[in-house]
Amino acid sequence: MTYLHNIGTYFLMIVEMFRKPTKWSMMKQLILKDIDDLIIGSLGIVAFISFFVGGVVTIQTALNIDNPLIPKYLVGFATRQSIILEFAPTFMSIIMAGKVGSFITSSIGTMRVTEQIDALEVMGINSLNYLVFPKFISLLLYPFVISIAMFLGILGGMAACVYGGFGSLQDYITGIQTDFDTFHVTYAFIKTFVFAFLLATIPSFHGYYMKGGALEVGKASTTSFVWTSVAIILLNYLLTQMLLS
Amino acid sequence: MIEVNNLHKSFGDIEVLKGISTTFEKGKTNLIIGQSGSGKTVFLKCLLGLFDYEQGTIAYEGKIFSQLSEDEKRNIRAEIGMVFQGSALFDSMTIAQNVMFPLKMFTKQSKSEMEDRVNFVLNRVNLPDAHNKMPSEASGGMQKRVAIARAIVNKPKYLFCDEPNSGLDPKTAIVIDNLIQEITDEYQITTVINSHDMNSVMEIGEKIVFLKNGLKAWEGSNKTIFKTDNESVTDFVYSSNLFKKVRRMYIEENE
Repeated sequence: MTYLHNIGTYFLMIVEMFRKPTKWSMMKQLILKDIDDLIIGSLGIVAFISFFVGGVVTIQTALNIDNPLIPKYLVGFATRQSIILEFAPTFMSIIMAGKVGSFITSSIGTMRVTEQIDALEVMGINSLNYLVFPKFISLLLYPFVISIAMFLGILGGMAACVYGGFGSLQDYITGIQTDFDTFHVTYAFIKTFVFAFLLATIPSFHGYYMKGGALEVGKASTTSFVWTSVAIILLNYLLTQMLLS
Repeated sequence: MIEVNNLHKSFGDIEVLKGISTTFEKGKTNLIIGQSGSGKTVFLKCLLGLFDYEQGTIAYEGKIFSQLSEDEKRNIRAEIGMVFQGSALFDSMTIAQNVMFPLKMFTKQSKSEMEDRVNFVLNRVNLPDAHNKMPSEASGGMQKRVAIARAIVNKPKYLFCDEPNSGLDPKTAIVIDNLIQEITDEYQITTVINSHDMNSVMEIGEKIVFLKNGLKAWEGSNKTIFKTDNESVTDFVYSSNLFKKVRRMYIEENE
């Protein structure tokens, strides 16, 4: 019953987020600030993780191909497919649920605890529009982060392949060009947009509707990470079933 | 003026407000007092429209709030200034940005006009040099004064304060009380203060509403509170020996 109530409240929150818009001059500043906090602030960790995970995917693929009949370029092919289809859009989103999601929940939750949200409401401001909408808009740039993750993942794979002695540069490049289907990139970006929406709204929901004090802000951040990850995994399955099968 | 009539508010099976009726007058500092759990904060949040209520009416200048359209409610809210117990300043903004916030949201003033107004109200609350400080760098008393500046910057008709003296030393508390009373007189606004600070009650309580168990148990002023025979009020207000002595002296002086 509580789950149903929360799901209902979540959808009402989304509707309310688009009502009574905040003055554009203020909204513009909020969006730019959130782009800085959520997108630019995440580039470092995304680049670091993508590069090294790309390398690990390449090494593990190369080590598991011991049949001489399987061509060497398959290492590059497998790395590309893994990175574009799953690693960059899905697993990077789960990492972002921890980084960006916790930030959103704790910042909105702290505003709730310290009555800053009440202050907005008393002034007649739609606090959901003021707080959540800019996050939603700034996360529309999330595919930009994921495209960097794709590029660096494949680049990391290439570095590991060539400098680790698992194959030649020519084989790797042949692999990443083999049977390239542009729809796979479209599929990845469709998923990315959906995940961006979840990353903006689920942590905001947990922060906005939390009750209690500082301890509960921490608990809400953990709960938001769990539910954002669950929603990403479930929707990943549904989208894959709908778009690729 | 704010008129409250037969206000009822429950949380589940617990009835917190059990039919409160009163009037908060313009140009006066109206105090809501009572023990913890008496329903003061819930009452204040109902007045502010932060809580819905089951029964009764709240009228701002004769307009019943619950019967207004969303736009009309927003217009009334834009005329409300609120000082929260914890100040509720926006952490990510400087003090000047906090004070300028209502102007940016609700007016079409130019930047220089807004800056002039911010300078004026920060001077008014005796914080002429605090513009670029962050709220976390300000003391409790300074934060309260910034909250008052933010509340009055857009020339509100109504000023609500939730325990404005909590956590302050007695001297700073008196400064805040006097500031609120001066602003109320100066701008002729309707001020409603939720407090259990007896100094505030005695100093600035031009009208006092005493709540007990969700009911209005007594209504009067800082003059009449000395003479009341209402046992609930005397138990609460004169719970300390010091205030008992003050009361006795006041009655002796005025007899």
